[in-house]
Amino acid sequence: MNAKISRREALAGGAAACASGAVTLRSAEAADPMAARMAAAQAAIKKFTGGKATTKGALKLTLPQIAENGNTVPMGVSVDSPMTAASYVKEVRVFVPKNPLPVAVSFLFTPESGKAAASTHIRLAGTQDVQAIALMSDGTFLIDTRNCKVTIGGCGG
Amino acid sequence: MAIPRFRVPATAKKGDVIAIKTLIQHPMDPGFIKDKNGKIIPRMIINHFDCKYLGKVIFTAKLEPSISANPFIEFYARAEADGDFEFTWIDDKGTITKAKAPIKVTA
Amino acid sequence: MKRGIVEVGLGVSLAAVVVLATLKIFGLALAAGAPDLHLKGIPAPPGSPFKMLYSGYQFRNATTRAMQDDDFSNPGMLAIDPATAEWNHVEGTAGKSCASCHHDVNKTMHGVGATFPKWNARLKRPVTLEQQINICRTHYMGAKPWAFKSDNLTNMTTLIRYESRGMPVKVATDGPVTPWYNKGKKLYYTRIGQLDMSCANCHEKYYGHHMRADLLSQGQINDFPTYREKAQHLVPVEQRFIGCMKNVRARPYKPFSDEFMELELYLASRGNGLNVETPGVRN
Repeated sequence: MNAKISRREALAGGAAACASGAVTLRSAEAADPMAARMAAAQAAIKKFTGGKATTKGALKLTLPQIAENGNTVPMGVSVDSPMTAASYVKEVRVFVPKNPLPVAVSFLFTPESGKAAASTHIRLAGTQDVQAIALMSDGTFLIDTRNCKVTIGGCGG
Repeated sequence: MAIPRFRVPATAKKGDVIAIKTLIQHPMDPGFIKDKNGKIIPRMIINHFDCKYLGKVIFTAKLEPSISANPFIEFYARAEADGDFEFTWIDDKGTITKAKAPIKVTA
Repeated sequence: MKRGIVEVGLGVSLAAVVVLATLKIFGLALAAGAPDLHLKGIPAPPGSPFKMLYSGYQFRNATTRAMQDDDFSNPGMLAIDPATAEWNHVEGTAGKSCASCHHDVNKTMHGVGATFPKWNARLKRPVTLEQQINICRTHYMGAKPWAFKSDNLTNMTTLIRYESRGMPVKVATDGPVTPWYNKGKKLYYTRIGQLDMSCANCHEKYYGHHMRADLLSQGQINDFPTYREKAQHLVPVEQRFIGCMKNVRARPYKPFSDEFMELELYLASRGNGLNVETPGVRN
């Protein structure tokens, strides 16, 4: 019996080992880098807003609900603003909390932009809530959050 | 650096808001990916893009390693007068790539 | 011993349950018929294993398609300007550029890329577009051939194929190429690798179905070289073949080998009638 371990026992034992291993890994190590990234993102957001309130509504973040690949994800931001010298969007900063670095891009606008909108292609390290925060010329902040699911394809190729 | 691609309308009416699109070839190495031998490929990205029009920078993008290779940037500008849109890309090595596109503005 | 038998029995029944469950999943998927994906295709020509031909574009989501459709968002378009400069660049012992023989690429290459792989009368064999570019370089220009996956070769292939964009793929399968076409067909249906799969297993039998999160296409190559969101660069068709072969745990054929030429010839001809999309954008 101890010399022969059936396939099923081996599988069961292996599965148990995997399960317990996964649990300890997840709690002890694996959770920490992601928690650290999330904390870094929170810190980056706080640095940008100075802890001021952010309002939803006028800023729109555009992302596909499902990205076919996380390496090239079309992303756009737009703010409903008159874009005059008296009232315009100064900056929109895009935060990617699960990426190795918290900020993906900052777009700096001027009244001459005419329209506070910009787009690019971004990398997403995994499914996450991407956040865009806009700094207005009056010092207030706008926010929008979009979840983007990043799929792992069947074919690496 | 590579030859950039961009689209600016040739003409516009004064006051029209026009869309501008740019693309440039660049690997955008983020600085935390390993090569086949397990060595980290050093960070090398385009970190700055701006657009000047009628003597003023009207739009800037600060790019981070989360921007995909071959950066695409779309933004807007209000047509005011005849002039050039001047684009500048700067990478981590300080390499500067410039391009410009003229626009005719009608009343 | 007795315990062992019991366990084997359990193992078998467990396997049977898994098989049944798998069949049920496929059964449900198949019961729904060809998945309703609103694919836009063209009727397949006589002799095709398909009723309709669908470009890989049809299997991609709206954002990927939008990226391909916009020439100033599609990063594959970045190949065009450098390749056009290279077209006019004199190189090699003969003191020639591509333009010395072929003049203006925008005029002379119209429709040419849609016909490759095609018969080369001097070599008495079909050649791929990549091979033809290197034949021009070595035989007529006296220049060094470009390497597989090099920017120069992939960009030039992209430029020449782009000159046929919107024109139907038109690869000849009759006449002297027939033996090579037949060899390519045989390769297509031959199971290879540790997973013991042929091209047909995924791309003929299960196109339109998901493999994990990926929607399987018909494996058409009318978009190549294609910009892959994953790779973040233009991918020549042989690199895609190598990727597929690695996925089924097979040892890939060599770049520019007869096998890849034959496979490309057969695959390209399966898409005869689909429009050339180079440079495509895929996931």
